[in-house]
Amino acid sequence: MSEPIPSPTAPDGPVATHCPYCALQCGTRLRAAGHGDAAAAAPVAVEPDDFPVNEGGLCQKGWTAPSLLRAPDRLRTPLVRDASGRLAPVSWPEVLDTVASRLRAIRAAHGPDAVAVFGGGGLTNEKAYLLGKFARLALGTSQIDYNGRFCMSSAAAAGTAAFGLDRGLPFPVTDLAEADTVLLAGANPAETMPPLMRHLGRAGALIVVDPRRTPTARRAALHLAPAPGTDLALALGMLHIAVTEGIHDRDAVDQRTTGFEAAWRHAAAWWPERVERVTGVPVPLQAEAVRMLAGSRRAYVLTGRGAEQHSNGTDTVAGFVNLALALGLPGRAGSGYGCLTGQGNGQGGREHGQKADQLPGYRSIADPRDREHVARVWGVPPGRLPGPGRSAFELLDRLGTEGGPRALLVFGSNPAVSAPDAARVTRRLSALDLLVVADFVPSETARLADVVLPVLQWAEEDGTMTSLEGRVLRRRRAVSPPRGARSELHVLRELAVRLGEPADRYPEEPRLVFEELRRASAGGRADYSGITYERLDAGEALYWPCRHTPDGPAHPGTPRLFLDRFAHPDGRARFQEVDHRGPAETLDERFPLWATTGRLLAHYQSGSQTRRVPELMRAAPEPTVEMHPDTAARAGLAEGDLAWVQSARGRVTARVGLVPTLRTDTVFLPFHFPDGGRANLLTGTALDPRSKMPEFKVSAVRVVPAGHRATRENTGP
Amino acid sequence: MSGGSDKRDSAGDVVIVGGGPVGHRLAQLMARHGHDHGGTLTLLEAEPVRPYHRPLLTSVLDGGLRLDALRLPQVPGARCAPDTTVTGLDRVRRRVRTASGEEYPYDTLVLATGAEPVVSPVPGIRTASGRLLDGVTTLRTLADCARIRGDRIVVLGGGPLGVETAVALRRSGRDVVLVHRGPYPLDRRLDATAGDLLVRHLTSLGVRLRCGRSAVRLAPGELVLDDGPPLVWDSFVCCTGVRPRTRLARAAGLAVRAGVVVDGALRTSDPRIRAIGDCVEGSGRVPGPLATGRDQAEALAAALTGHPSTGRRPADVFRPRLAGLPLGVLGTPETAAAEVVTYSDPARGRYARVSVDAAGRVSSAVVVGLPEALATLTQLFDAHRPLPADRLALLLGRVPAGRPAAAAATSPSDVVCHCNNVTRGALVHAWHGGSRGVRALAGATRATTGCGSCADEVRRLCAQLSVTEPAPAAGPPADEGVDDTYDLAPHPGDRRLRHDRAPVDREAALP
Repeated sequence: MSEPIPSPTAPDGPVATHCPYCALQCGTRLRAAGHGDAAAAAPVAVEPDDFPVNEGGLCQKGWTAPSLLRAPDRLRTPLVRDASGRLAPVSWPEVLDTVASRLRAIRAAHGPDAVAVFGGGGLTNEKAYLLGKFARLALGTSQIDYNGRFCMSSAAAAGTAAFGLDRGLPFPVTDLAEADTVLLAGANPAETMPPLMRHLGRAGALIVVDPRRTPTARRAALHLAPAPGTDLALALGMLHIAVTEGIHDRDAVDQRTTGFEAAWRHAAAWWPERVERVTGVPVPLQAEAVRMLAGSRRAYVLTGRGAEQHSNGTDTVAGFVNLALALGLPGRAGSGYGCLTGQGNGQGGREHGQKADQLPGYRSIADPRDREHVARVWGVPPGRLPGPGRSAFELLDRLGTEGGPRALLVFGSNPAVSAPDAARVTRRLSALDLLVVADFVPSETARLADVVLPVLQWAEEDGTMTSLEGRVLRRRRAVSPPRGARSELHVLRELAVRLGEPADRYPEEPRLVFEELRRASAGGRADYSGITYERLDAGEALYWPCRHTPDGPAHPGTPRLFLDRFAHPDGRARFQEVDHRGPAETLDERFPLWATTGRLLAHYQSGSQTRRVPELMRAAPEPTVEMHPDTAARAGLAEGDLAWVQSARGRVTARVGLVPTLRTDTVFLPFHFPDGGRANLLTGTALDPRSKMPEFKVSAVRVVPAGHRATRENTGP
Repeated sequence: MSGGSDKRDSAGDVVIVGGGPVGHRLAQLMARHGHDHGGTLTLLEAEPVRPYHRPLLTSVLDGGLRLDALRLPQVPGARCAPDTTVTGLDRVRRRVRTASGEEYPYDTLVLATGAEPVVSPVPGIRTASGRLLDGVTTLRTLADCARIRGDRIVVLGGGPLGVETAVALRRSGRDVVLVHRGPYPLDRRLDATAGDLLVRHLTSLGVRLRCGRSAVRLAPGELVLDDGPPLVWDSFVCCTGVRPRTRLARAAGLAVRAGVVVDGALRTSDPRIRAIGDCVEGSGRVPGPLATGRDQAEALAAALTGHPSTGRRPADVFRPRLAGLPLGVLGTPETAAAEVVTYSDPARGRYARVSVDAAGRVSSAVVVGLPEALATLTQLFDAHRPLPADRLALLLGRVPAGRPAAAAATSPSDVVCHCNNVTRGALVHAWHGGSRGVRALAGATRATTGCGSCADEVRRLCAQLSVTEPAPAAGPPADEGVDDTYDLAPHPGDRRLRHDRAPVDREAALP
């Protein structure tokens, strides 16, 4: 693995690109046999690159990603639901005409907001950007949001409020290896991002906050296991200890922050014994964690979905940010706060305009100056841009209802599996007049669609992705797409033209889209204007913001943010006034257990990709529910039995796995599986008031053997 | 607490008398839930300062916090009037009168007047004019904290407040003597074994104990006990209990016994008037545990705002702050438990006695020196959940066996590389197939290429195989020692486990 990275343009050489899955974006090299049609069936070989984030490593998902390129049920032709209700093949011109005319009709009858768009955090920057532009201009709708709401939106809201800017990691991943102590709050990278553990493994000590004893927690020097939904109490308590023990960084607080006093007044109420009672984390362990962080020269606090996916997710992240600020970590070289973004382009996907309240460059759609800038780049008057729309779940929940959208275009997402209260969302999707899904495999959402558009996947396309560290990366085409599949950029252009837009407003060449994205982001918080394909192809490591410098030397990008000042006008970070509140649901006799959801090593997100990889299916073939042996015994269940897990919203059938390290009041379900195994049949729709993140991590449930009769009797409407 | 039963009870203008933590909590929660009937919310406090965290007074005493760090957050939308002493109630006109002659009309009045310290009647504690001797103080307010001076402190009373106060003052470096009439401090809460461990902890902190002793006479700077030499003091802190503050309720003609009498909805004998916290009759067995007051505030806030009550039944948890000694008492020890589990390891300062009911739930417990057990038992007790079947693992705070990451794989089906799901059997097979080193095995099986943490184990396996099964003569050369691609750093040790991994005392009593 020491041979040099071949030039990506070398003919017949391996192509340097990145793994299709998570936000770590491990560097890989793909080697495809043959060219053109002959290559379409030939195997593709992958090798990990000696790229900084993965250092020649890959997890099982990355190693097996090429088999996704040969998925037997790959979509190869557009499909339209025919009179008999079947999805039947049609030609591209036909399908584009059909979709455009139906969109026009719905818009004419119900107004532009009757058409909605749902994007994804896996789309390239170019696709996310053009999708946002297409929604605002070609459709004229405010109703666009994306599945990143279900991912890191709480961290984004808390980070923006604290620092004035949201970049998942405001430092390179490799900095983590130099740390003395890293606290991971609600993150399990040993399963969800294995190569990240190479860096964390070199750090001095890990502190893991997780109700479950995950593989990551097992590698920790200290594992704090709060009861589900009590993470914020723990964060407040840790701040309390830092202050009462006098080990917080008073100078950093005085010189670089505002709002400490107000935040402290809430943390003051969380003395260690009270925190212990609420969270179950013993007082000495709370104190040990704070002392380890405070006693380190270099320390990081990182949050993941476990802290973020709650109805108080933004406040919970803010609680951990407050702790980091009190210890003087953010803004100090070699220390800091960060969020471990989940989806492949979860970072770039939230910056370029597929979010209901955003325009490219992390601009606000409500800010007149931001609107003016973007409108100028798009060549339209600012008044043509709609205002902010509904957030992801609010949008999905209004589909097909009075006054809600009647048509939905889905790009790069599978909400029938990944959205909360999945049965309800599936009903809403089914109530639409028109559901159009662009995907490369028949996902569960695609199966509900009226129109399915076969599009390209990772190794078949060019573009850029922005990884969890804010570094912009080139995704490169290594193989030819199957005949019949078209790029999303092409689809958007063709639809836009049919909706009356000028063709040159929708380039279908990724490089041209990126050139426009550069201009649109210029001067914004996420400024990409100094980044070019040429610089990226030359191997430059460019982190945003990276400004265009027409007269001077090229801007080097910003690997480390906040070292001199935070991004608020006064240059200071802001403590946030937060207090703990419990989950939206409480346990009772009907639903006496907490269900928490998450990911397995072998699968990614809704599983629509990884469930098509035989090797991964062998590793994790079916829905499971993990529980403590006592919990199982009380429910009359044993290892390997099929259980029904029931919440107020729905029921999941899953295979029982006994995990003696689990809390007896908590069961765990992965959310990668379809149909009756969808963990999101259980999850609720309580949303965080700031980020609109649903409460994926805590639902009140009961567990019974599958087929148990009492369940049906007790089940409410 | 039937919090939800009187929903939509129009609270109107609400006046809360008493700005202690409980009164403040009520105001805060009412504001949070939305006190939205157009009524006002007023908090009247007799102390001259804005509401503060009373439970943190010991953090001031031990030097951890400055006085001003105790202030509670402002309550948005509520009027807060410190230094306002309520002198009387006009229940007919529904008005509150204050010492300055102001009147506050109310639709709903909440008494949160708290408790006042009982000064022990030690001869000499008061001057001829009835004032406390100079240097003598009770400990209930910020002002009391500020009165403590000098290095030599005598604390009278070994109840919760006395013990916490003695510990906090000792931590601040003062010379502290704790005088207690009972055989050991907290003797009303702890059995003798737990009491013994507490005594050892206090002694190790440097708190000098005079248990089984009574104060006979107090003179300036000197306390005479019923036995032994007199104690010299700069400050004498009287922690001899509190009593509900009921003067206002009594004068207004409300039903009062030791405290203000309330029904299940916290109503006094006047339905317009509620009472919460330490002023309430029977609020906690030993007056003072804030948890009870907090729970009452939560229930009442829900009732007055029509907010759904959490319906949580307050459990009796006693968890004093003792500087490093995890000690807790859950419930009231009973004689008739279905099962009693006892663990006693006095040499290491550990003790637990857990009474379990017929349904397997904690009915009461005393736990000392077992932090994880205490935290877990408290959660189970609060939630009325059964104990795990493995009582010993619970008491030891052990992470039970099951999928240990660090344990070496021994059977062919054991997974060595979790990131790539590679079993020991697959590695052995690849080794026999000619992959004689970490790097070659990585190429053949992908083991070690994920997080890299199994590299050591794979290397050990190679070493083992090359001893037990010599390489075939024509096999490719092994590549050990040339591999620097992988992260070979050992995992950070499991510090917590190491800490707790003191050898289990086989002689520990486990009836």
